[in-house]
Amino acid sequence: MGRYFAIRIGRAALTIVLVVTFAFVVLRLSGDPALMILGPEAPPEVLAAFRKAWGLDDPIWFQYLDYFGAIAKGELGRSMRDGRPAMELVLERIPATLALTLPAFVFKVALGIPAGIYAALHRGSAIDRAVMMTAVAGFTVPSFVLALLLVLIFAVQLGWLPSGGQDSWRHAILPIATLSLGGAAVLARFTRSAMLEVLGQPYIRTASAKGVPWRKVVTSHALPNAAIPTVTILGFMIGSLIAGAVVVESVFAWPGVGRLLVVAVANRDLAVVQCILLLVALTMVTSNLVVDFLYGFLDPRLRAKGAHA
Amino acid sequence: MTPLISIQGLSVAFGGVPVLRGVDLALGKGEALGLVGESGSGKSVTWLAALGLLPRHADVSGSVRLDGRELLLAPASELDKVRGGRIAMIFQDPASALNPVLTIRKQLCEALALHRDLSGEAVKAEALRLLNLVGIPDAARRLSAYPHEFSGGQVQRIMIAMALAGNPDLLIADEPTTALDATIQAQILELLSTIRREMNMAMVLISHDLGVVAENCDRVAVMYAGRIVEQAPANQLFADPVHPYAQGLIGALPPLDGPHRRLTAIPGAVPDPAHMPGGCAFAPRCALATEPCGLAAPTLAPIADDRTVACIRAEASRRALLGIAAE
Repeated sequence: MGRYFAIRIGRAALTIVLVVTFAFVVLRLSGDPALMILGPEAPPEVLAAFRKAWGLDDPIWFQYLDYFGAIAKGELGRSMRDGRPAMELVLERIPATLALTLPAFVFKVALGIPAGIYAALHRGSAIDRAVMMTAVAGFTVPSFVLALLLVLIFAVQLGWLPSGGQDSWRHAILPIATLSLGGAAVLARFTRSAMLEVLGQPYIRTASAKGVPWRKVVTSHALPNAAIPTVTILGFMIGSLIAGAVVVESVFAWPGVGRLLVVAVANRDLAVVQCILLLVALTMVTSNLVVDFLYGFLDPRLRAKGAHA
Repeated sequence: MTPLISIQGLSVAFGGVPVLRGVDLALGKGEALGLVGESGSGKSVTWLAALGLLPRHADVSGSVRLDGRELLLAPASELDKVRGGRIAMIFQDPASALNPVLTIRKQLCEALALHRDLSGEAVKAEALRLLNLVGIPDAARRLSAYPHEFSGGQVQRIMIAMALAGNPDLLIADEPTTALDATIQAQILELLSTIRREMNMAMVLISHDLGVVAENCDRVAVMYAGRIVEQAPANQLFADPVHPYAQGLIGALPPLDGPHRRLTAIPGAVPDPAHMPGGCAFAPRCALATEPCGLAAPTLAPIADDRTVACIRAEASRRALLGIAAE
């Protein structure tokens, strides 16, 4: 069992290093921060001085080693725009993002999972078809289109809700709705197919054949099995709590991590982008680890395999 | 004597395609009936339909009476009492027939709690007794194990223990040994007949293995294309099959003793349920078929005490079998 977890933790660490390396290289190859921040009209000596100050004139491998050396000491660099520590900039945005993504996560689960279960249990019924049509729509419509649609209806036409900003709880409704609907659709589809798969298994028939009432067949025989694949997608959703709202935050001018990322990328504010990506990689990898542990808890077959792995 | 269970005109269709076309069958208390036939002949569907275990889109009609009580129209709560309590069923693939995420204890005790007036320690003690009865070694410790920790033969034993939990009057064993290797097969069949004798329980043994049925059953019903074509005491059927299909099945068995002979195969294939021939479903493959065979489907009719055959040429085939020339 210990080895099973050690391997997974090692793999997780490697993933984070790869993500950070990739971000580091791509950011440095894709544009000059000096030009982005100071503008193309800046005098060459100012640009040169800027590059020297931030170490941008060093060879890339040197910058890379330097960067990892700093991370090891717990330093994530400073924003090139205002000189503040990148971590501080990112951390102060997190509450705003979580204010959208946490309620959205709750709604996704509360809406998507029951809808998926219901649809699976009433396969082929009018409600199943309605749920699945809504789910496909929610699945395929990009979040910015859905966001704009909601703005059009509830802000422009009906005038019930503000179209952007962060002044009151009413401002959070449309962004949360946008995030919830898309996610609930994904979850509903996933839960439905997991449930259908399980309901077709021989052990469900066995349970019925021994006289277990149908309601109990569903709750104590089908659901625990269907939970196993559903946990995967839930883990993914938890992993994207920090950075899952990039598009929605941009559309609704919501000052969260996602918007900070967009601005920082546009400005090639390297330290800030890297800091966000590191954080995203960390949450994603952590939630995946938690999912791996949960599998072991939910599925005794994996537990046994883990013991021998 | 009223039969324990009597099935009359049981028909099942999936999406308009008939798979069961009027099955008549009755079973007395403590009797062992073998149900044989090729894959797709409707052996399993008959009993899944009787217990209401078919998917909802299945179209079931006819009558299934248990001690005179109609099951097909019974409310779910009554059916739940019958399933496992009066009629238990075990299935072909034991490995997937138990819930992989629940312990054996949980699955066994669930059945006990449903059908027996037991609680607390008594449930556990009974679960232990059942596991010992079916021959699971070290049962006390293994109660908390999961299905994947047992071998196929052991899982089938656990399935049998679970089926016995409700003290049923009838056990439907649907190809209980098909997925197991030969030595384990013999052990499981031995276990089933011992238990049946001790508990005076009726049993339906569904199998496509005639040898298995011959050894373990009092009476045999042969199914073909969704109907029963011949029904007879086991020894009579094997010695003297009347329906040409039953003759074909038995002719395809290698004899254990006596001179070697060429095994005969039944020509052709089972008709597609969506395109059943008019008249007798076996006529296109039957060497004895004549013109009237294609006109109307023959009904199951008695030819002797406790023997019924669905063949308009039953008499002729009997004669052919006995080597008596037709007049």
